[in-house]
Amino acid sequence: MSENDTLSVDIWRGGEDGSFQTFHVPQRDHQTILDVVTYVQKKLDPALAYRFACRVGMCGSCAMTVNGEPRWTCRTHVSRVARDGKLTIAPLRNMPVIRDLVTDMTPFFEKWRRATGSFVPSATRHDPMASVDPASAERTAADEGIECINCGICYAACDVVAWNLDYLGPAALNRAWTLVNDERDADRTGHLRAVAGDAGCHACHTHQSCSTYCPKALNPTAAIAGLKRRTVEAALKGGL
Amino acid sequence: MKPPVATRGHPAYWAFVLHRISGVGLAVFLPLHFYVLAMAVDEAARLDRFLAWTENPLVKLAEAGLVILLAAHLAGGLRLLAVEFLPWRDRQKDYIALGGGFAVVAGLFFLLGAF
Repeated sequence: MSENDTLSVDIWRGGEDGSFQTFHVPQRDHQTILDVVTYVQKKLDPALAYRFACRVGMCGSCAMTVNGEPRWTCRTHVSRVARDGKLTIAPLRNMPVIRDLVTDMTPFFEKWRRATGSFVPSATRHDPMASVDPASAERTAADEGIECINCGICYAACDVVAWNLDYLGPAALNRAWTLVNDERDADRTGHLRAVAGDAGCHACHTHQSCSTYCPKALNPTAAIAGLKRRTVEAALKGGL
Repeated sequence: MKPPVATRGHPAYWAFVLHRISGVGLAVFLPLHFYVLAMAVDEAARLDRFLAWTENPLVKLAEAGLVILLAAHLAGGLRLLAVEFLPWRDRQKDYIALGGGFAVVAGLFFLLGAF
């Protein structure tokens, strides 16, 4: 690659009924997709809307669709995804587009609430610290799901969400699974009940696109499969 | 205009597509199958003519396709039952490949017996 190499970058402009606009961006070593978008906004079109915060893969703000695939743009190198010097950058799928590369993530987070994604304490601050065996099966299962950064990539990759906008989606279900496995939680049956309905875990078709694209290498499909088992067990025992 | 979607090019998605196509295909086939079987009750001559027609090599090939679809749907269904009722295993791609291999081998065995 020489300093003169130029990327041809198609970037989504406008809202839901927008279209692509082509920009030419100089290619650099170790350049990320977020670098490309930032270059366009700083040098070519200051009106370009996009979202980012930490730039180091922690905050989950900068996810976009790159060449048709959802990715965390701050940790995606251009050299890995550009094809013949070309890039297509669009907003995340399955969420309303506000403008350009910015989506409205309200429905995504609303589903975390519907899946009862918040911890229900079983003790107060005056009780002694809970002692959880780190090697227990439940703690291990919870461990595998807790590194989620809420970036929405799994949700954008999921065709079931695209087909049924009520479907809770991989991230919210993965969160519910961590709580179902948290022995300190006071309402584990409540978490199961919240995800057992029509648009809950049983709607998953095991496409595994969520697990394929999760930038943190989590496996929401496995979490959802776990919820399917636990909800069936609870229903058979009459506890749902 | 819609942005492109390129999230479907991985084995678990192909397994889903195959399961759906084979399921719909078998749902269409079964009523026809029972319709032909029902001829045995009061249209025996017509059934015999139909069975003679099925000796056509092209029909045998199509039947092999049907066997492959049935075997693929069986293997895919067992895999999904395992996913939903047994502890998660990370080797899903291997199970998908095994299911696909089982379907093809079943089709080949049918062809061995057909000619």
